[in-house]
Amino acid sequence: MENMTGKVWVLGDDIDTDIIIPTEYLALKTIDDMKQYGFSPLRPELAGQIQKGDIIVAGKNFGCGSSREQAPEIIKALGIQCVIAKSFARIFFRNSINNGLLLIEQPDLYDDIKEGDTITVHMNEHVDYNGKEYPIASLPENLMSIIQAGGLVGAMRKLNGLD
Amino acid sequence: MGMTIAEKIIAAAAGVESVRPGDIHTVNLDRMMSNDGTTHLTVDMYNNQLNHPHIADPKKLVFIVDHNVPSDNPKTAASQKKMRDFARENGIDFWEGKGVCHQIMMENYVCSGELIFGADSHTCSYGAVGAFGTGVGCTDFLYGMVTGTSWVLVPETVKFNLVGKLPEGVYARDLILEIIGTVGANGCNYQVMEFTGEGAKTLSISDRIALCNMAVEAGAKTGIFEPDEKAIAYLEEHGRKPKAIYHSDPDAVYAREYTFDLSKVRPVVAKPDFVDNLCPAEEVRGIKIDEAFLGSCNNGRIEDLRVGASIIKGHKVADRVRFLVVPASLEIYKQALKEGLIDIFMDAGAIVMNPNCSVCWGSCQGVIGENEVLISTGTRNFKGRAGHPSSKVYLGSAATVTASAIVGKIALAEDIQ
Repeated sequence: MENMTGKVWVLGDDIDTDIIIPTEYLALKTIDDMKQYGFSPLRPELAGQIQKGDIIVAGKNFGCGSSREQAPEIIKALGIQCVIAKSFARIFFRNSINNGLLLIEQPDLYDDIKEGDTITVHMNEHVDYNGKEYPIASLPENLMSIIQAGGLVGAMRKLNGLD
Repeated sequence: MGMTIAEKIIAAAAGVESVRPGDIHTVNLDRMMSNDGTTHLTVDMYNNQLNHPHIADPKKLVFIVDHNVPSDNPKTAASQKKMRDFARENGIDFWEGKGVCHQIMMENYVCSGELIFGADSHTCSYGAVGAFGTGVGCTDFLYGMVTGTSWVLVPETVKFNLVGKLPEGVYARDLILEIIGTVGANGCNYQVMEFTGEGAKTLSISDRIALCNMAVEAGAKTGIFEPDEKAIAYLEEHGRKPKAIYHSDPDAVYAREYTFDLSKVRPVVAKPDFVDNLCPAEEVRGIKIDEAFLGSCNNGRIEDLRVGASIIKGHKVADRVRFLVVPASLEIYKQALKEGLIDIFMDAGAIVMNPNCSVCWGSCQGVIGENEVLISTGTRNFKGRAGHPSSKVYLGSAATVTASAIVGKIALAEDIQ
């Protein structure tokens, strides 16, 4: 996977799945119908401002709460390249991999970052920001292949020679 | 080196002698549950994205409509129809209008020693009888449905030594809020919360469900009790036997240990917008409420309805306050009818609803409006969880919620004479 450069949106600690997509919009037919309401309880204007290739940086416990898989799907549909947080909630972590959304844990970046700034992610190595390198863990190859295939179903189709 | 009960269940499901935290294993799933929150997404993937769709073992699957019951608009009706039709075509057990999924699972399916995946975060409830239940998304559910297997990273276990006995007027609900307030909303992220000790034995199965159910609110993969005679009796009452009885070895390894003295727990409330934003109930006494909710997979059982009814008997719900009473299952509803509890609630002016998730998940029933305040026995108080983003949710016990409904402000049971 190549390096990724993107503009940063900064969110706080404990960004829960009801913030990522409130219950009342889950009945909408498609993820594209829902995505305009992403993060609306916290920042109603955010979904409209996010551009393809942007990056979310957040605090601890990102994605806590419900197992609703629409949450990572919406973040991906909004064009977010990856989410970098101090930590992620476990169901959300698994759902994100399964839907091809890249998550990266980094303990210090959140404390230093300013919204609107640009960062570069050097996969499996570090994040570049403001002349400083923030180390990140490497992602096992099998997980990376799931993300690159757009998720678990995509990866299985590829494995079975369907795509 | 010994293993914890959670590790033993995973080892058995993986068909290996022993497992260690950090190991990744392929496991056979004993059972899988999915509800109307996401089953339609699973069905869409199954129908449209698989080349040779098939189900490993339909007998292991349970589909439950509980999030929007009865359906509240044509869209939910359509997604529920999809679920209903799929269950019928594939011979999958299907429940509708009979209760909240986890309560139905506890009453009808869960056996000690089983490994169960549910497409709902509160699947961790099943540890109340010594099963390993954990929430997954619909893609993991699909994979399990098709292959009968999944993979798990063996989690570390955190031990919660419970000592003493809960005082009169203090409930398991207060205890689990106290525990989450202590460890934090991600305090047990990707770990197992094992509840043990002499204090654990004093808790009823309903209490144990209340504890395990909210393990996910501390980030845990599951919460679990070692099955004892109470767990076995519960299964027998419901016509079932354990699959296996596991206990944690004396030399099992724990990531951390906490001790909670049950006799010191007091009524507490989790303030908006985080479950770990805890305070003594007295601290928020007097905050005006618009709605009170007694129900949910956490606190909608017969024991909770008895507590509520005993407090509200002879009193009225405060003027301009809605008090929603939602038994967690039909079995509970019928028992409450038999005991005269429903009459008590109705005479007091409560709105008694059919068993379902109700306002706990902010859809279908009792959704609150701009700047409104709800006090709830539900599972979460996230921003906008119960309705408008500006609305507020406080979490408390059945006693605190009922007392608040009577006063129209957050109140303790002791305030009701």
